[in-house]
Amino acid sequence: MEEILNGLPKLGSAAAAIAIFLAFLLIVFFIGARFRGRLQGPAALIVFLGPALILVTMGLIVPAFRTIYGSTLDANQEEFIGLDNYAWIFDTQQGVLINTLLWIVIAPVASTALGLTLALLLDRMRRESVAKSLIFMPMAISFVGASIIWGLVYEYREPSREQVGLLSQVVMWLGVEEPPNWILWQPFNNYLLMVIMVWIQVGFAMVVLSAAIKNIPADVVEAAELDGATGWRLFSRVTIPMIRATLIVVLTTIMIAVLKIFDIVRTMTNGNFGTQVVANEMYAQSFVQFNEGHGNALAVVLFIGVIPLIIYNVVQLRKERAIR
Amino acid sequence: MIALKRRRGAAVLAGGVAAFMLLAACSSDSSTEESATEETATEETATEETATEEATADVAAGCEPYAQYLGNEGASVSIFTSILPPEQGLFEQAWSQFESCTGIDIVYEASDQFEAQLPTRIAGGNAPDIAFIPQPGLLAKLVADGGPVPAPEGTVANVDQYWNPAWKTYGTVDGTFYAAPLGSNMKSFVWYSPKVFADKGYTVPTTWDELWALSDQMVADGVKPWCGGLESGGATGWPSTDWLEQIMLRMYGGEVYDKWVNHELLFDSPEVTAAMDVLAGWMKNPEYVNGGFGDVQTLATVGFQDAGAPILAGECGMLQQASFYANFWGNFQEGATVGADGDAFAFYLPAIDDSVAPQPVVGGGEFVTAFADRPEVAAVQAYLASPEFATSKVALGTWVSANSGVPLDAYADGSIDQLSAQYLTDLTGTFRFDASDLMPAAVGAGAMWTQMTAWFAEDKPTAEVLKAIDAAWPAS
Repeated sequence: MEEILNGLPKLGSAAAAIAIFLAFLLIVFFIGARFRGRLQGPAALIVFLGPALILVTMGLIVPAFRTIYGSTLDANQEEFIGLDNYAWIFDTQQGVLINTLLWIVIAPVASTALGLTLALLLDRMRRESVAKSLIFMPMAISFVGASIIWGLVYEYREPSREQVGLLSQVVMWLGVEEPPNWILWQPFNNYLLMVIMVWIQVGFAMVVLSAAIKNIPADVVEAAELDGATGWRLFSRVTIPMIRATLIVVLTTIMIAVLKIFDIVRTMTNGNFGTQVVANEMYAQSFVQFNEGHGNALAVVLFIGVIPLIIYNVVQLRKERAIR
Repeated sequence: MIALKRRRGAAVLAGGVAAFMLLAACSSDSSTEESATEETATEETATEETATEEATADVAAGCEPYAQYLGNEGASVSIFTSILPPEQGLFEQAWSQFESCTGIDIVYEASDQFEAQLPTRIAGGNAPDIAFIPQPGLLAKLVADGGPVPAPEGTVANVDQYWNPAWKTYGTVDGTFYAAPLGSNMKSFVWYSPKVFADKGYTVPTTWDELWALSDQMVADGVKPWCGGLESGGATGWPSTDWLEQIMLRMYGGEVYDKWVNHELLFDSPEVTAAMDVLAGWMKNPEYVNGGFGDVQTLATVGFQDAGAPILAGECGMLQQASFYANFWGNFQEGATVGADGDAFAFYLPAIDDSVAPQPVVGGGEFVTAFADRPEVAAVQAYLASPEFATSKVALGTWVSANSGVPLDAYADGSIDQLSAQYLTDLTGTFRFDASDLMPAAVGAGAMWTQMTAWFAEDKPTAEVLKAIDAAWPAS
């Protein structure tokens, strides 16, 4: 109780800060609204776009250029060393790059494929919403939380002991006498980590794709059915082309999320046992080992990797809108 | 026109709502800071009042030990640390008498972002008077950037008189002594269960050979003698660096250890290779490890904070861990007691060869660094390095000082703190700071952690592990 009371002044100061900010905004809007005639257009532009532009410049554009510049400096950001940091990445961190590549390809494809399958299976099923809610639920769990849950599933104990990990126990029930120590089981441990990502993302893929499937006009499906298309033929020739744009958006969205994957690897293995990925290595270099040159270079590599995906994603979204 | 106006009103409202949400998200940080300063402000006035009251009276009885610090009444000294409540309260309690006797007001401020904030504050001209720095490496970095002032005479005298000489070198940068040690922790411990030892008739080993004889006896009794865990989130691997450090110090003594820390002795050298071989026969020995969990590889996936659990159940004999592990036993078993005849206790990891390294101890601690040379700051510095402060702080529990002026009976009798102090305050012992904390972060918080983990988990060859750690050492 005392702690709550002590916290009250904080609420008060927060409220005061909000009030001041609101008053400031009102004044700006009020002054902006005073302009008439030729000045009205530019004034509105400044009032509405100005703050956003300033924030984007400060929060995104300036740091981006600083990071790119910083990636050509040494560990303490003092001396210019050209592309040495990139040479370091491509000479010594190939395993990290390969792992990241595997993640980008496998996790989104698996999530989307599984999501599509579930969307089809659940479509028009009885109590569809209940099943969908259950599958969607992991989406509400943070990556770290999900990793801790799956860490318990993968927990290893000697086969002769009472098993703590669900996976080991299930595998032993199935007749495998000596299950491996899953997290150390190279190279399959990478895929076990991807399972966590798929588990989280499949709900998102399912919900979005399900909406797209329901959006297919009934007359198209009827026409196809009248022409004798059923089952697989209907699915591959009608359903897939009709939801193609949505499929690509889902796939690229998950890809971008995967490219930044950090929490799962950090929580499960911290990049040990051959599971390191670019984002976690970047964090380790910048904030644990204080080699900002390496960290910046890795950030730039990630940045360059994300750009084409984002462009593709935006282009597809525009196309989809144009169709509607 | 009406419609247009309404729309404009809606836009203002929408903007307002968005701004409100943005602010609500940002406000929590700034408001904590504000209220924190408010709190310290009220504290300040409160202590000032008591201080002036005392000052008007004659030097009160019980203030004799503080006579040398007098003459700074009404002055204020700010301390910035990473030590948060509840420990904060214990510090304030420990120096409350000093404050009331000398009239110096100590303003304590703690932050969990200490290491990030301190350089920023120094750069911004807002340095605290004193900071408690947890790593010698950070001290060296701060000195290089400018800021710390050399230790005053009173502090130098106290450190020379009361500390193992090695401590002074860790507060020294380029031949200038800056920072006196404050608290300490002891890493050369082996945890065991006195109850299990009594049941099985084992005795605590006092020599290196007895330790292995005991391990073999446990193997013969069907119990794996050692357990351990390297998993520690972002710091996975650190316990194994402690093991290597213990062996390095015991095999070669302080001078070689110092060379190793400074990379004058490479990892890929016959000395370190031999130390790794000893470690391989200990924590990588399939007969010895990993009691209660499985094979040697499980070291890599067991959390260090879970590693001791099998000891209480008698499934594992011993665990090499630091003194702070005393806090973990209660997690494994409700009401577990730490003591020489309790559920868990520690013994000193014996020396290998007394002629090479008498009573080797690997440990850590924090250092009192000043950024101002005002007389009241010097007085507080000297006081914090004195046996009077250490004794009053030790009496409050869960804290160890390597200050040899503190009588051992100031600690709770039979506590792990007392045992730690017994070894840390030995002026003739071979004390050395945790090597991985002294090495550059790219090694001490990077390659050494990951490579040692790979050595245990993936059986990466020793030579490759050592070469990879050397390769990570920064060029400059």
